Amino acid sequence: MSLVEVDNLTVRLSSSGNDIVSSVTFGIERGETLALVGESGSGKTTIAVALLGDTRRGAEIASGTVRIGETALVPGTPRELRDARGRLVAYVPQDPAAALNPSLRIGKQIEESLVAHRLCDSAEEREQRVGAVLEEVKLPGDRAFLARFPHQLSGGQQQRVCIAIAAICEPKVLVLDEPTTGLDVSTQAHILQTLGELVTGRGLAVLYVTHDLAVVANIAQRIMVLYSGRVAEYGRAASVFRAPAHPYTRGLLGAVPDIARRHVLEVIPGRAPPPNQRPAGCAFAPRCPLALPICSEGVPELVAVPSGQRAACVRVAESTDARRSGQSVPEQPVAEGRTSVLEVSDLAAWYGPAQILHNISFELLEGECLALVGESGSGKTTLARSIVGLVPARTGEVRLAGQSLPVSTRAYPERAKRTLQYIFQSPYNSLNPRRSVGATIGTPIQHFFGLSRRDAEARVREALDRVSLPVRVAGLYPDQLSGGERQRVAIARALVCEPEILLCDEITSALDVSVQAAIVELLADLRATDGLSILFVTHNMGLVRSIADRVIVMSDGRLVETGRTAALLDAPSQAYTRSLVEHTPKLSTATQPADTRIPRRPSPASGQSEEGLGGWRLDANEMTPTPSRQMGAP
Amino acid sequence: MEAGVFTPELAPSTEVASRPVWMQLLLRSLHQRHMQIGLTLTLLMVAVALFGPLFAPHSATSFVGIPFSGPSAKAPLGTDYLGDDVLSRVLNGGRTVVGLSFAATAFGVLLGVVVGLIAGYSRSFVDDALMGLSDVVLSFPQIVLVLVFVSILGPKLWLIVVVVGLSHSPRVARLTRSVTLELSKREFVEWAELLGIRRRRIFVQEILPNLVTPLLVETGLRLTWSIGLIAALSFLGFGIQAPHADWGLMINENRSGLTQNVWAVMAPILCIAMFTVGTNLMTEGLTRTVTGIDATGDVI
Repeated sequence: MSLVEVDNLTVRLSSSGNDIVSSVTFGIERGETLALVGESGSGKTTIAVALLGDTRRGAEIASGTVRIGETALVPGTPRELRDARGRLVAYVPQDPAAALNPSLRIGKQIEESLVAHRLCDSAEEREQRVGAVLEEVKLPGDRAFLARFPHQLSGGQQQRVCIAIAAICEPKVLVLDEPTTGLDVSTQAHILQTLGELVTGRGLAVLYVTHDLAVVANIAQRIMVLYSGRVAEYGRAASVFRAPAHPYTRGLLGAVPDIARRHVLEVIPGRAPPPNQRPAGCAFAPRCPLALPICSEGVPELVAVPSGQRAACVRVAESTDARRSGQSVPEQPVAEGRTSVLEVSDLAAWYGPAQILHNISFELLEGECLALVGESGSGKTTLARSIVGLVPARTGEVRLAGQSLPVSTRAYPERAKRTLQYIFQSPYNSLNPRRSVGATIGTPIQHFFGLSRRDAEARVREALDRVSLPVRVAGLYPDQLSGGERQRVAIARALVCEPEILLCDEITSALDVSVQAAIVELLADLRATDGLSILFVTHNMGLVRSIADRVIVMSDGRLVETGRTAALLDAPSQAYTRSLVEHTPKLSTATQPADTRIPRRPSPASGQSEEGLGGWRLDANEMTPTPSRQMGAP
Repeated sequence: MEAGVFTPELAPSTEVASRPVWMQLLLRSLHQRHMQIGLTLTLLMVAVALFGPLFAPHSATSFVGIPFSGPSAKAPLGTDYLGDDVLSRVLNGGRTVVGLSFAATAFGVLLGVVVGLIAGYSRSFVDDALMGLSDVVLSFPQIVLVLVFVSILGPKLWLIVVVVGLSHSPRVARLTRSVTLELSKREFVEWAELLGIRRRRIFVQEILPNLVTPLLVETGLRLTWSIGLIAALSFLGFGIQAPHADWGLMINENRSGLTQNVWAVMAPILCIAMFTVGTNLMTEGLTRTVTGIDATGDVI
């Protein structure tokens, strides 16, 4: 019997009676890490909190059992749950900044659960345990550090504190809910390393919730792919990655950009249905390339496939042979003699007294996609914003088609306002919630081309068509659209200006991977048809490989390195770039056959790298620490 | 390419999809019990004020009996201090109260919104100046402020509208400013600025639609206050002058005869009460809809 056993778990919304999660069954062995993979709304966090016998507000566990060792958590009395939480099973949240109490010192927060479970009687004993757990999560244990408040720590340190809080009562099971999602790649690599040591050292059973398949490839022994609240595929990580059996798994894998390989990001058509609109039968059928009429008749059972895992697909026998697409594409050769459309020279920018950017010079060539990468705080967004004139204090020159631009966007010539289009990071903030999509897209048409509202309508329809949205979207409001659809609207709104340059500020970071793939392919299309030049700001190194011709790396407001994508990612000349590349989790190590992989050193800590898959393989040997980022001053 | 064939399956549109959000809100609030009762009372009193004179059995100033005589067949609510018919005076006396309070509210909200928008968006000394000025207005109790102006310049109806409106505007301006301040940092406003759209258009297109919901609630509240203020002014003799009929004025005129004909005082009081309670209930219904508490207790 497994340590964790979840049987037939069904969680539903109390008000509508719609299932969020239907009949999910799985187990986790002692010392095993199970990755729970799925897109937003698939029910993965619901399963994660159900492991602690909890549901979010408005939902209830309708049926099923959750058992850890001898203890039942579902169904469980409040008293049993209180005893089990923290001591038997502990939870590490996605956003540590929100999870930590801002007005309690962290020492107090770490020892709280020791007090709650009456594990230590004396203060000295508590102090010892706190010191020990802080050492395990690689935080300093001195009094000055314990007396700090959460806001005085970096994001990585906050997450370490959350891990320490989860680990202090020595639970047997750890539930990690996207613990590294908001963090930079090098911080993520260090946190994963710490978690790996903790998990293997203590022999914990781990449920790791994530949407990042590249991370999964590096940490999990088993994978459960979730779609619309049901298990689509479940099995050993090695077999799921090498021979994905469910069409959805294959789609997901094809959509993930990989830093090691430039490939066409595969697009899964359609969107995941919310709980109240899930179709009968296989919920994936409407989006599935292999769907048959039978697919919508009944919910497919999980069946074993030859490669060892189980998949819920009626065509599983045939579909395993189909290789997943997402072919590699060669990098385009440099077109000689291309003119530069945007030149930045000696740019410096300030926010108040703090200088954010120092001596930035680069140029954007006609028709190219230039990626601007760097970790949070590197100044990449400030750079993009100062190009469009949203940073009031800047010096240096920004030249658009040879013409120098003033500092403030208000003084920009009309042509610059039109040809230079900025697309914001969050489509949830960049669209006016109280204006219809048609009115939003129509605004620049009326403004720049002086058309009446009625004449603009035709262009609005045309723009919607170009971003592959149906015309009736024009009458909808942003809250009736998904994140990906909103971002398409934002792109359409830029396209109607007939731009020459798009500045894309992390435009896919708020989106799921399959949605990201669709947006990226849309941009590639527009680049091919319109000859647009794109400055793509991102922190996702994998994405850079798939979309960019050239890359600029930034750190602490300075340019670190510039180069052609392949050359720069394969052989970075600067230590900072190298650490960025090395810390990015690689997917292809898991999906490619073993013999083509670069041999890697076995990790002595995990002891299960004989196959190169299964377990926490982000070992210390691969990590070139960047001390300034990780343990820096708060 | 793949993206070309991408056809997103959108959520099935609901029947109110293309209506503006504030109208959806109003329609939804109609299911609210508070809103239903409030709207009925308010409409009833507005109807009385507008069409009452058509149904009045006598003129508002014709002598029908001994002063302060009780209800009779000729005068169903008895007579007032001059022997005029109370019912006819009540039916004639609503126009000033109802009309002036709507006008004063509209003026106050309009003024407050303009001041609040400019202050919230300006990010400069203009903000401090406008808010300082509105704090000065705010520091006087509303009734005192209005009395000062009216007693200096005399009881003119337009003056009452302007001064009552002015006394409302700081509260509306404060609300507008705080919402505008938050909105002006949002990316969709930044986007409009990047396009070079003029400030006035940004106000109208990007910011105002987001203000409608909080403003609807605030307007309801201001309307309730206006009614009370204007009736009080009238009671104090600064409103419309006798022999014209007016609810506030009637209370004052007839209070000496309270023991002889209670209706001469009670009828106008009831009218004013029903009107304020009605507008207040409407506001309550709106608030509940906005904050997502439905009549059924369901969170929307």
